[in-house]
Amino acid sequence: MRSKNYKRVYVWELPVRIFHWINVLCITVLATTGFIIADPPAILSGAEASESYWFGTVRFIHFATAYIFFFNMLLRIYWAFVGNRFANWKAFLPFSRKMRKNILHVLKIDILLMHDKTNDVRNISVGHNSVAALSYVALFIVAVVQVITGFGLYADNSGWWLPDLFSWVVPLFGGDFMVRTIHHVATWFFILFTLIHVYLVFYHDWLEGRGEVSSMFGGYKFVQEDRLTTEDIEDLNENSEEMESTPAETSPSS
Amino acid sequence: MAFERNTQETYYDSIIKQGYSRRDFMKFATYIAAYMGLETTMIGQVAKSLETTFRIPVIWEHFQECTCCSESFIRSDHPIVSDIILDKISLDYTLTLMAASGHQAEAAKHATMEKHKGEYILCVEGSVPLGDDGNYCCIAGRSAKDILIEAAEGAKAIIAWGSCACNGCVQAAYPNPTKATPIHKIIKDKPIIKVPGCPPIGEVMAGIIVHLITFDRLPELDNIGRPKAFYAKRVHDSCYRRPYYDAGLFAESFDDQNAKEGYCLYKVGCRGPMTYNSCGTIRWNNGVSFPIQSGHGCIGCSEEDFWDNGPFYERLTGLAGFGIESSADTIGKVAAGVLAGGLAAHAIAANVTKRKELSDRIRRGKANEKKFES
Repeated sequence: MRSKNYKRVYVWELPVRIFHWINVLCITVLATTGFIIADPPAILSGAEASESYWFGTVRFIHFATAYIFFFNMLLRIYWAFVGNRFANWKAFLPFSRKMRKNILHVLKIDILLMHDKTNDVRNISVGHNSVAALSYVALFIVAVVQVITGFGLYADNSGWWLPDLFSWVVPLFGGDFMVRTIHHVATWFFILFTLIHVYLVFYHDWLEGRGEVSSMFGGYKFVQEDRLTTEDIEDLNENSEEMESTPAETSPSS
Repeated sequence: MAFERNTQETYYDSIIKQGYSRRDFMKFATYIAAYMGLETTMIGQVAKSLETTFRIPVIWEHFQECTCCSESFIRSDHPIVSDIILDKISLDYTLTLMAASGHQAEAAKHATMEKHKGEYILCVEGSVPLGDDGNYCCIAGRSAKDILIEAAEGAKAIIAWGSCACNGCVQAAYPNPTKATPIHKIIKDKPIIKVPGCPPIGEVMAGIIVHLITFDRLPELDNIGRPKAFYAKRVHDSCYRRPYYDAGLFAESFDDQNAKEGYCLYKVGCRGPMTYNSCGTIRWNNGVSFPIQSGHGCIGCSEEDFWDNGPFYERLTGLAGFGIESSADTIGKVAAGVLAGGLAAHAIAANVTKRKELSDRIRRGKANEKKFES
């Protein structure tokens, strides 16, 4: 038995990886401080208020991190227009028939654990698979909800124009109560997303052995040689510079 | 009859006639300017305007309400404040306080509405029931909706007193059997000043009236229509217990040592962080106190739907449709637990069903390992 021939493909560019890990840190910090703010721990002490400011500090961390989260998100949106094909905004929405077919394939093979009848290398996604891509779109929408509700609640504390841009939010929902409820509930979507996301990354790494986990550190995934230069790569081919070093004479898979 | 006052009389004239000295008048002007958030150089303008403007006729309608707004008003701090409302602004019609009754009262109201068409201020206390053709609130044989539409037609501006008129308050709470409706959902073509609160602070009410007569225009309103001078900040932001909040010192229950120390009431359900009002600065009953100072959390009475936003003594994030007891966190924890279980089951199933691919890959990997460096 021969081991398959793999090529290294640069999938996640540095800005994408930086975005990812900043995002991870921000979400962790925001969720943790957010839950502390929602339900602060009970402290029984005879202290005077002048002696400490820890709750104010927790809130400060939450607000500061929210700014980082927001600007990090803006950078990612920018990169969705200038980054490689795996980072492009088009990779996230199932515009093509191929991507819609891929949704069904992923649901069958990875979620329902069925088996492929034929072994078609094109079924294995190089960047995001189409279901994962949709989950990131969903996460993006929840993030936008968090930004809108968060800055909406914060607007009144701030004199800066940026949070003030969101001063329409509280009147829209009738009051802080509803805005806060949405902000709080949406946090749980991040937690549920994270559980699924991390599990599926391990799942793909474990069952496919193509460097799924390490790709978010180094940026490379391993792709079967047959896969390169097949037509599906070509129809996405807008910026093929990264591919030029690969052998072009491999015969297309039959 | 009380309604035959000469309206061609300035506020100052009638204040002096009432027996106040010029000194009292100036004190009042200073005091109300401070409440309105004006700087001291504006006091002269307030005084001058009260000296020169003629009294604006006011019609004060009562619909679905408890009269706490009127009560709050007549108990406001300075005697001139209540005088200015009860006498000086020429309150031509108000069910609770007018001497006339029956046909006389209705006739007086209609006389004012005709004589001062387009000039009078319409104050509305209470919400308007729209359910069952408005039969839940009828005055003089007519429904509140009819009365409101008629009175609003010739009004220069409308002041919606209290949460009832601004957002429906308790009678609009779920399931809102009478379809109690706030004023702004019925009258769309008139400027409306919303003064929410159950009741609003008397000084706030007076400040708004004085602003109208002093500057002859509406006070600056926020995007919900509330005067910014009084509703721009959360109660939390002006609360004297705020330092305890920032220090993370909270009362856990109303009878614990922390509550006795006067710690922040955030964890026992205080709605101060979500409520826009000036209770923390103006306070109540001549500035004596306000709910939080008396040891009770804010219930958010000036916020929309405050009756429906969960128990007053708990800080929970309820979710409609999941029952009152289940908070968002409970649901979130259950969902996360179920999800984690599902993922574990999926992981096991994946290893079982894909065992062939896995073992093939392991075999190839091991074979390569043997060939390595050989």
